[in-house]
Amino acid sequence: MTDLSHIRNFSIVAHIDHGKSTLADRLIQETGTVKDRDMQAQMLDTMDIERERGITIKANTVRIEYTADNGHAYILNLIDTPGHVDFAYEVSRSMRAVEGSLLVVDSSQGVEAQTLANVYQAIDANHDIVPILNKIDLPASDCDRVAEQIEDVIGIDATGAIRVSAKTGQGIHETLEAIVHELPPPVGDRDAPLKAMLVDSWYDSYLGVIVLVRVMDGVLKKGDRVRMMSNDSLHLIERIGVFRPAMEKVDELGPGEIGFLTASIKQVRDTKVGDTITSERGGASTPLPGFAPSQPVVFCGLFPVDSAEFEDLREAISKLALNDASFSYEMETSAALGFGFRCGFLGLLHLEVIRDRIEREYDIDLITTAPSVIYHVHMRDGTVNDLHNPADMPDLTFVDHMEEPRIKATILVPDEYLGDVLKLCQDRRGIQMDLTYAGARAMVVYDLPLNEVVFDFYDRLKSVTKGYASFDYHLTEYRQDNLVKLSVLVNEEPVDALSMMVHRDRAEARGRAMVEKLKDLIPRHMFKIPIQAAIGGKVIARETLSAMRKDVTAKCYGGDMTRKKKLLEKQKKGKKKMREFGKVSIPQEAFISALKLDG
Amino acid sequence: MRSPNSQQAVLADDWRNAGFGLYVHWPFCQAKCPYCDFNSHVAREIDHSAWVRAYLSELTRVASETQNRVLNTIYFGGGTPSLMNPDTTGAIIDTAKSLWRVANDLEITLEANPGSVEAGRFAGFHDAGVNRVSLGVQALNDPDLRRLGRIHTAQDAQTALGIARNCFDRVSFDLIYGRQDQTLAGWKAELKQALTLSSDHISLYQLTIEDGTAFADRFARGGLTGLPSEDLGADMYQATLDICADHDLAAYEVSNFANPGSESRHNLIYWRYGDYVGIGPGAHGRVTIDANRYATECISAPDKWLAAVNTDITELPRQMLSPQEQANEFLMMGLRLSKGLDPARYLALGGRELDRDKVKYLCDLGMLTFQNNNICATTQGRLVLNAVIRELLAG
Ligand SMILES: Nc1nc2c(ncn2[C@@H]2O[C@H](COP(=O)(O)OP(=O)(O)OP(=O)(O)O)[C@@H](O)[C@H]2O)c(=O)[nH]1
Ligand SMILES: C[S@@+](CC[C@H](N)C(=O)[O-])C[C@H]1O[C@@H](n2cnc3c(N)ncnc32)[C@H](O)[C@@H]1O
Ligand code: SF4
Ligand SMILES: [Mg+2]
Repeated sequence: MTDLSHIRNFSIVAHIDHGKSTLADRLIQETGTVKDRDMQAQMLDTMDIERERGITIKANTVRIEYTADNGHAYILNLIDTPGHVDFAYEVSRSMRAVEGSLLVVDSSQGVEAQTLANVYQAIDANHDIVPILNKIDLPASDCDRVAEQIEDVIGIDATGAIRVSAKTGQGIHETLEAIVHELPPPVGDRDAPLKAMLVDSWYDSYLGVIVLVRVMDGVLKKGDRVRMMSNDSLHLIERIGVFRPAMEKVDELGPGEIGFLTASIKQVRDTKVGDTITSERGGASTPLPGFAPSQPVVFCGLFPVDSAEFEDLREAISKLALNDASFSYEMETSAALGFGFRCGFLGLLHLEVIRDRIEREYDIDLITTAPSVIYHVHMRDGTVNDLHNPADMPDLTFVDHMEEPRIKATILVPDEYLGDVLKLCQDRRGIQMDLTYAGARAMVVYDLPLNEVVFDFYDRLKSVTKGYASFDYHLTEYRQDNLVKLSVLVNEEPVDALSMMVHRDRAEARGRAMVEKLKDLIPRHMFKIPIQAAIGGKVIARETLSAMRKDVTAKCYGGDMTRKKKLLEKQKKGKKKMREFGKVSIPQEAFISALKLDG
Repeated sequence: MRSPNSQQAVLADDWRNAGFGLYVHWPFCQAKCPYCDFNSHVAREIDHSAWVRAYLSELTRVASETQNRVLNTIYFGGGTPSLMNPDTTGAIIDTAKSLWRVANDLEITLEANPGSVEAGRFAGFHDAGVNRVSLGVQALNDPDLRRLGRIHTAQDAQTALGIARNCFDRVSFDLIYGRQDQTLAGWKAELKQALTLSSDHISLYQLTIEDGTAFADRFARGGLTGLPSEDLGADMYQATLDICADHDLAAYEVSNFANPGSESRHNLIYWRYGDYVGIGPGAHGRVTIDANRYATECISAPDKWLAAVNTDITELPRQMLSPQEQANEFLMMGLRLSKGLDPARYLALGGRELDRDKVKYLCDLGMLTFQNNNICATTQGRLVLNAVIRELLAG
């Protein structure tokens, strides 16, 4: 058992890529938690997709032991969090499990949108904050300027900010000392009834569901019988341990400690993040405040290119969902695409990550339909329905009006790109709410419709600002607007996978852009193909893909037979990567590419 | 239902629908043309006597597997077989005649490059038994011949044609169109001029950028400019059909035009899916043995092939063609012919009918006609024949 005063719990938060995971590596290494020869860069990013993209998706907890300059041994529990806006939920729930945060700022970049968002969350969670100026080894590093920025823009004292290079290890010792001396120890009562917060849970193929907990009061031991307070379900604790970062068994977890338990829980869905775990007998009477689960905000259909792979897709999706409670799915049937799933995601990156994993880990080619948000459809009869899928749009004669979700978006951008950013936001139906300056950087706040942001806003923002803008958002409210369903017809047949909800004023432009794109994306066929965009029965844009005129092998003799036949067979196979709509084959990529705006 | 045995009997005899030919590959040229993906090489020195021995030994080998057949055609292709010694050609022809029974009208074709035609040698080929020549003229103007990397002039080609005509009754020549910066009007004029030079057979190929050639490299680097668009290519092909029809040359195959009766009988064996044995580096064959049809292919590097002849393994491992593969090959080749194909033979080969719905669909689109137990591509269908075949390919 560790004295509470010798425990420190903290999260590492920052804008994407500012060096959180690398800093965690150094802390793990400096304290000898992992032997040097077992170290690897961003060692907590263990998922393939994390390593490949060089980003953190899941928050990770590690217990390290540190003997400070004052001679005392401390237990430090660090949580490395993701920086990308889609996974902001991981950050907020991690913060609930700890008392302090290391706020990492890349000293060659300065304060960015997620720096701000994370600081506000940390302040909300009553955290003590230690600012860290990272990447001081880079020539572009400018600590004085960035420290000043932190004070100006965020309004926290940065005089004591620690100057670190997570790459070279410079400043790591100072960081450890600051953790011990500047962050508060946890509080808790060992003798009070057990109260442990369920922070996260995931599925492990060997151990079943693993639950990450933070003990507030009392003690958690192997063999204890516990109760989840949200649903009164009872469980026998089978295993208790901590992450170092590999799982290591411990006898008990006392107040202020963070670790995991297993208890023969079958599904991640049987656990509720934010729940309070207490003893079956003599347990606590009031639960911890808890926190809301994450909500998917972007929806799209995933269909196998080869309809015979539907069962494989079902299996892949249910396995992935086991481990990712923020990802929702239900079966969907489409007239044109057959059986598939309507899935909900935290954002577009989350969507891409899941889609990538299905395609790679399960080897299934997918068609992704137009991403959508949840609309509120107010019917004439006074009922209100959630609309996740444009295909389910009710007959307009029954609809009174519609509402769409709005967001508050914060964008930080160097002055020279401000004009482009304002234009982009304006084009996406944004309403400017604020514009301030921090040095040469502008901070704009916009009220935007989520459906204009969901698909390619972030890509566009990066491209118009050459990557220098940062962006953060959160949902604000639903608001009524003039929304219509835009359908696409290929060879006179509606392709529901391409239909989407758009603002009436933007419908013509979107429809035109879509049909023009599709004309380039669909290969020529033996016949000409009309491609139309329509609202209800009214065609608002039309293109015609002319018929293929020539595709014939000029020379084909005895010696060519084998090769030419193989070539044709290969091309025929290639056709199987397409979906047939009527007699038209539409390539898989067309579905995503057709939706991208502005080139 | 057909019993397996009778199915075998059908397959054993299928090649007889089209006949039996011998292909001899001569892999050397004076210079390598930048568009050419044939197995052709420029060699400093050729040991002609070693090559004769090798061909004769290969003839014996393939003949032993194809006894009791009548040989309909021999084709010397390349490369540039007009660079062979006429004696070599003669020895091969004589040996072939001694190994198989041959048809009375045995057709013996030799490909020739206008840059390597001399009157004396042509007389020698004639005496050796060659009775048909196919000359690679390619273009009728010198700037275009240079851009095609040809070593001869238009005048050389005319001279060669004259010599060939003096020696042989049957002379055909090849042109390549769809060249860089060629206009529709330019091609029409050139083709009309060509037809004044031709007699009863001509091959007209649209330039194809083949993988692995110098043209493909240049094209990939954006160098090979001025090639026709798909639309211009289609217009050129249509014009080719129209002009040849005006001159009573029937388009009996996609790129081949002849007076009725003057078709290349050897090439018809390919398109009608007959049997042929192939000898020489890189030569392919289709041979029915014990009711199985095999695809054969020889080692393609000339020196390796030559060395292998002595150890008797000039062939790569043979591929036994499944019924479906045979049906697909039959389909792919047969639709190239204006006469089309007999779906009953497709069924007999593959054991499955040609997809009726697909055929109907393609007929409705105007790509195929299906009459009197015969399926053939319309002009429109022939222009997009690869797409038509892709629809119909089974497997
Ligand atoms: N030069 C230099 N590069 C660093 C330093 N710290 C991190 N990096 C590099 O910055 C990039 C991002 O580092 P990560 O540690 O993955 O950043 P992160 O904040 O965890 O990123 P997310 O989890 O995706 O938000 C990597 O290429 C690191 O090697 C540093 O001190 N100096
Ligand atoms: C083996 S060559 C004929 C004889 C000789 N080697 C010559 O080139 O003169 C066969 C014919 O195929 C045609 N050909 C070769 N490569 C071609 C290509 N890439 N595109 C179109 N036709 C081609 C040429 O017309 C050539 O005459
Ligand atoms: S002469 Fe004929 S075979 Fe030889 S390289 Fe030229 S086109 Fe090819
Ligand atoms: Mg990270």
